[in-house]
Amino acid sequence: MYSKKLMDHFTNPRNVGEIPDADGIGMEGNPTCGDAMKLFITVKDNVITDAKFQTFGCGAAIAVSSMITEMAKGKTIEEALAITKESVAEALDGMPPQKMHCSNLGAAALHKAIDDYRERHGAQ
Amino acid sequence: MKIRYFDHAATNPLHPEALDAMMPYLKNEYGNPLGIYDLGQNARDAVEQARQETALLVNAKPAEIIFTASGAEANNFALKGLAMARQNDGKHLIVSRAEHHSITNTARSLEKLGWVVTFLPLDKYGTVDPQAVKNAINKETTVISVIHASSEIGTIEPIKEIARIAGERGVAFHTDAVSTTGNIPVDVKELEVDALSMSAHQFYGPKGAGALYLKQGSRILPLIYGGIQEGGRRAGTENVPAIVGMGKAAALAVREMDARAAHVKKLRDRLIDGLTKIDKVHLTGHPVNRLPGHASFVVEYIEGEGMLLMLAAKGVYAASGSACTSKALKSSPVLLSMGVSSSMSHGSIVLSLGMDNTDEDADVVLAELSAIINRLREMSPFAKSGWGELKEGE
Repeated sequence: MYSKKLMDHFTNPRNVGEIPDADGIGMEGNPTCGDAMKLFITVKDNVITDAKFQTFGCGAAIAVSSMITEMAKGKTIEEALAITKESVAEALDGMPPQKMHCSNLGAAALHKAIDDYRERHGAQ
Repeated sequence: MKIRYFDHAATNPLHPEALDAMMPYLKNEYGNPLGIYDLGQNARDAVEQARQETALLVNAKPAEIIFTASGAEANNFALKGLAMARQNDGKHLIVSRAEHHSITNTARSLEKLGWVVTFLPLDKYGTVDPQAVKNAINKETTVISVIHASSEIGTIEPIKEIARIAGERGVAFHTDAVSTTGNIPVDVKELEVDALSMSAHQFYGPKGAGALYLKQGSRILPLIYGGIQEGGRRAGTENVPAIVGMGKAAALAVREMDARAAHVKKLRDRLIDGLTKIDKVHLTGHPVNRLPGHASFVVEYIEGEGMLLMLAAKGVYAASGSACTSKALKSSPVLLSMGVSSSMSHGSIVLSLGMDNTDEDADVVLAELSAIINRLREMSPFAKSGWGELKEGE
């Protein structure tokens, strides 16, 4: 059902937790729908230096959260904004069609965290 | 890794004695039961013996047993066949919210053909109120179908009371007894039902064999037309090996039922005691009136599929009614009807026991599941703050 890589990110998720003094926080999803993600980022000189997540959801939702934090770290804000649901799914060696909304959730949470960072820091 | 199987509601291993009984009919005894020569008559005799054994399991007459290919077929046959045979009397059906898809989707298909269907609500334990059945009956009502016990929540429904109400009003009554037949006493005379579905693999028989009990004299239209098999009510050459296996499994169930039920009930109660001690883990279904081998829960703040995948990695195979484990991605209608919130319904987990489970299995699942719940809650944004946050939209 799931790729080896996805199962690895589900069973050994990277970057689980909160960043207490995060520069941006993005929340996406809703528990009534079965998945919700909270993504925290630290930004220094326009580069995402740290990212962590908390996720309520299925195996795919947790793996997407883990992968997207890995992908975002070290990227500039502009590069991070280029991460899409397709690129996350591809990085996990593909996802079952009925689970693609989980990768959308990850990309949306990241974009919301960046929006939050920009709002707080008065950026464009 | 040792496999610990806690998904007996999905299916069961084939009983070795049932397999032995089947083997000749997979090899040399390949005759068609309609053949007038010995090879055919041997197959005919085997099918009729299995019919007697199956009838005995539910206290029916052999002529009241119609073999099908599955419990789902028996359910389709019952609801469609009883409704269509009575379509000149009315087009109103009553089913409950606890039904299996093979009843709810059949009811929906009949809705498209002009029938009106009432779906009866469940109380917080998943029980159907017989009074609600009585109130739902009108002049057009021809068939009522209520499940004997749901394999999702384990609750045993008050079938006898509901069947009596249906009988008093002259309405045909069917029960889906797939999860109960062979596991707890099922007696069609005592329950006073007109029709009852069962499935062999739910009591250690083979897959591909089921049956509908149909009370003598009850009108039904066939689902499958063709030859004269099963008294003309279900055409198609009989699946002789599977039917023989079902008969043997039925005979074994009659003999071993009490011991099996006592064994799984002891383990079930240990699982319920252990898991409900964990904060925000709730038993679903009735605490007492439930299947002896069925323990089901909702675990707050986490989602069922994650629990199943982590359990599977430890060799523990279980089930969930969670939306994410279904391709439809919809919350369980059974849990929602019981008043479980949509958020909580995603944390459903079902542990169903069988005679192969041991005390050690129960110890392992208790320890592993507790650890997995902690681990997934550490990842959840709701575990510390509760459902309050992010809850807009509910």
